[in-house]
Amino acid sequence: MLTTSNLRYTYLQGPSFVFPDLQVGKKEVLLVLGKSGSGKTTLLHLLAGLMAPVSGTVKVNDTDISTLSGSQLDAFRGRNIGLIFQQPLFIRSVNVMDNLQLARTLAGLSPDRALAERLLEELDVADRAHQMPQSLSIGERQRVAIARALMTLPSLVLADEPTSALDDDNCHRVAEMLQSTVVQHGASLVIVTHDGRLKERFTNAVTL
Amino acid sequence: MNMLRLSWANLKADRLSTALSIMLLAIGVGMVGFVLVAGGQMQDRFNRDIRGIDMVVGAKGSPLQLILSAVYQMDNPTGNIPLSEARKLQRNPLILHSIPLAYGDNYQGYRMVGTEERYVEHYGGVFSQGKIWEKDFEAVVGSLVAERTGLKLGDHFHGSHGLVEEGHVHEESAYHVTGILKPTGTVMDRLILTNISSVWSIHDDHAHSEHDGADHAEEEEHVHGPDCDHAHEEHVHDLEGDVHADHAHEEEEDREITALLVKFKSPMGMMQLPRHVNANTSMQAALPAIEINRLYELLGVGFTTLQIIGLLIMVIAAISVFISLLNSLKDRRYELALMRSLGASPAKLFGMVIMESLLLCAIGYAAGIVVGRVGLLLMSRLSEQQMQFQLSGGWFSSEELWLLPVTLFIGLIAAVIPAIQAYRTDISQVLRNE
Repeated sequence: MLTTSNLRYTYLQGPSFVFPDLQVGKKEVLLVLGKSGSGKTTLLHLLAGLMAPVSGTVKVNDTDISTLSGSQLDAFRGRNIGLIFQQPLFIRSVNVMDNLQLARTLAGLSPDRALAERLLEELDVADRAHQMPQSLSIGERQRVAIARALMTLPSLVLADEPTSALDDDNCHRVAEMLQSTVVQHGASLVIVTHDGRLKERFTNAVTL
Repeated sequence: MNMLRLSWANLKADRLSTALSIMLLAIGVGMVGFVLVAGGQMQDRFNRDIRGIDMVVGAKGSPLQLILSAVYQMDNPTGNIPLSEARKLQRNPLILHSIPLAYGDNYQGYRMVGTEERYVEHYGGVFSQGKIWEKDFEAVVGSLVAERTGLKLGDHFHGSHGLVEEGHVHEESAYHVTGILKPTGTVMDRLILTNISSVWSIHDDHAHSEHDGADHAEEEEHVHGPDCDHAHEEHVHDLEGDVHADHAHEEEEDREITALLVKFKSPMGMMQLPRHVNANTSMQAALPAIEINRLYELLGVGFTTLQIIGLLIMVIAAISVFISLLNSLKDRRYELALMRSLGASPAKLFGMVIMESLLLCAIGYAAGIVVGRVGLLLMSRLSEQQMQFQLSGGWFSSEELWLLPVTLFIGLIAAVIPAIQAYRTDISQVLRNE
């Protein structure tokens, strides 16, 4: 569950953005469309609490994240928000399974092997659990990144251009899996993208 | 997946620079550790051997050589002294007790020393087998000698002339082992002891005939050399000696011994006797405490140099750790941002970098201790051959223990700046530039 109101952000020597109010319920998907430079990533970083807005509020469940202090915010993000990036990022020195468990330990949760195996299974990368992330194809990596975003069973998943680096086949596959797994685990999903291929799939969309 | 495992994985992922850092740390720690342990053991050993010996009297020459030869049985003797003169000195009331030594032979490189039972008592000798000699040509074997030569109770053996193995073998008379000593950790462990008259009688037969070109220069002043029976007449009355007793033993008149180990009754002895001996007799008095301090000063220069080089290498190791952390964090900028986005606080990232460095230094330290031990082992072989001196490794010494906090401190210092960088990671900025 995500609610924003009157969100504004101004860069020190740069553009200023005013964002429309957003509301995404449980198991709902919102597509945020926009050309580059329209402030898509800025919005996503505001929603994730990676940056603080000039004004306005971001509420995840019933918590106004702008009221949280630095380390409280880190902890809150770790537990309640799952992030998926355009280029899937991993800790390169440990394998896929350890990368997934790290999402839990860094959020202060105990490792959950069964959950990790189930998610990898659902995303069809179960056989990659013990490989190093670099050895995976880009499509597989993005699927593992989805699994990692869900490892803490967050209430909100934010995806930044999750499909723009993928070919059409992978794009559909990843989008499909993203939607089904996120909804299946009861979270809200916000996808920020300029990828036109996703428009057909997700009807609930906002354009910046 | 805890932070320690993650740190370890990160170190493993960066094999080359990790290996370089560990290597430098190991060499630095190894050198410093080696110097500390070897120096400590040497000092320990040196001090143990001179305990209870206030003064050594021997032939004139280098006082350090006299101490090294008579107390530590490392160097060659400075020469011999007339027994009659030594006896006179022994009766001086300022002397609590004294132990005469006569040596110049060896068995398989281990020195044979003619002395009195008091020598065994002085070094706390306890018999593991057998007992002290009772007659001539009975010998007591130190623990190390027994171990290395395999001499057993009841064995017979021939000594060879000189202090190195290749000397002339005294075929005429065989020694008979009557006792084997337990280890004492002193010079006595590597000696074969017998009574003085055995040494005399062996050399009675050949002393005058055997001094040919085959003998080494250092052995010329061997027991019972023919010189030196002239200078002692004039000072007879300075000493409270029983002059008549000397005349009763005509035969002892031209006997010689190599050195006399002396313990004073009171500090007064220290004040008077050395000066008296040096000024009024043909003999020389040397004070072990002073000579050994001089030796430490000589050795100290070498040890200090090694130690400084070791510390320098440790500093270079710190720089290597610093650079490899910086490089590795530069490569891992996205990983740091990722970890922040997964809920890690800046303090956690700071801690992770520190942990990596500490882990690296702990491994380097452990490797360094191993390097130091290997060095000690090699050095021990060498020093045993060269100086009859054994270095040994107890498993862990306190000197090495304090190197651990020093090494970890170095790791801490090296990691502070990279850790601050990790702490300051601006997630939003890094992720935007991906």
